[in-house]
Amino acid sequence: MQALCAFVKTPGHTRATNYCPRCGNELAFRRHEAMERTWALIIAAAICYVPANLLPVMTSITAMGAQADTIIGGVILLYRTGSWHLALIVLIASVIIPLTKLFALAYLLITVQRCSAKSNRERAQLYRLVEFIGRWSMLDVFVIAFVVALVQLKPLMAAQPRYGILFFAAVVILTIFASQSFDPRLIWDSANKMEERNE
Amino acid sequence: MPETPVACPDCDLLQHVPLLPPRGKALCRRCGKVLATDKPGANERTLALAVGAAIVFANALPLMGLSAARREVDTTIIGGAWMMWQEGQQLTAALVALCAVVAPAVYIGIIVVLLAVRIYSPAPLWVGELLHWGELAREWAMTEVMMLGVLVALVKIADLATVVIGVGIFATGVLIALITMVAVNFDSGKIWTQVQWTTVDAQSLPNPTPAIDYQGVKK
Repeated sequence: MQALCAFVKTPGHTRATNYCPRCGNELAFRRHEAMERTWALIIAAAICYVPANLLPVMTSITAMGAQADTIIGGVILLYRTGSWHLALIVLIASVIIPLTKLFALAYLLITVQRCSAKSNRERAQLYRLVEFIGRWSMLDVFVIAFVVALVQLKPLMAAQPRYGILFFAAVVILTIFASQSFDPRLIWDSANKMEERNE
Repeated sequence: MPETPVACPDCDLLQHVPLLPPRGKALCRRCGKVLATDKPGANERTLALAVGAAIVFANALPLMGLSAARREVDTTIIGGAWMMWQEGQQLTAALVALCAVVAPAVYIGIIVVLLAVRIYSPAPLWVGELLHWGELAREWAMTEVMMLGVLVALVKIADLATVVIGVGIFATGVLIALITMVAVNFDSGKIWTQVQWTTVDAQSLPNPTPAIDYQGVKK
């Protein structure tokens, strides 16, 4: 059993002995209900992903009139105005990373449920990758915040956030929570069971 | 002092971390997770970096300005969140404020306090609590993502009007470098070993745990 401060001890017989003598936190074998929570969070994130991409994230009002942009619309606009590098970065952060997280976590959950014992090390690395890239999908939320804050020259031009960005932020947060609630130790369980059986 | 086994935080394999050579690294022999690194003088360096980051903390400085038709606007990080709040996107505004301002500030604050009380051994109990909060704040501090967001926003706006880059952008750049170095250098393991134990009863102290694959050697 392990506490938050990484203290390890054998499980005690009574509840009172299952607390860390150093940090006072409850000792746990695993993260609680990791599978259920992670599934719930990625399903919620997948649902939010639909309005996040269909609804406009920002309206910009210029002399040419008002224009509402979706996430993909923003990427295309960046590409057309000539900075394809930035368009690529935004595409990766706003489209590829959230989708990668959803599919990677679903893949990890399914392989754990099917008691797969193959390519454990690769799956552990995939989990670390998901944790590492997760934060970068916040990019578009920051971009909208700064554009909205700066483009306030009414009545000449103005920018307003729209509800798409709320759903997009929800996708980002839900996937971050999902990767935190998944327990990578589950990946190694079937391998452990097989070893025990062989001995 | 007897060495206690360490459970890999990713795959739970119990292992002994050997005494590391200077700048050495111990990886989990099963899944490859970094279990421990030896960083000589790490926490002294981290304290200096964290104090530097606290001084540079760039929220009050204008990040960039915009001028069009002889009118000027400029904004700060907090200004961006505040404007979103006023436009009716309170939740998103709160998230921006959390990731760009609150979490980095809390993280730097906690690191400075932790490294300042480090000289007391054993460290008081609340140090353990602070270590948890510091870990949480580090996960939500997204200054580097924010900086990229600022750059993309700059390019987007440059189509519409003249953008004036403020001193805040450079300050934010320095801040990101400092926070990253703090996160890399900070050695929480060393501070954990100094934390006072709440209950030291003989039964709960690490005893030889049965059924351990100490070195991961197959029988």
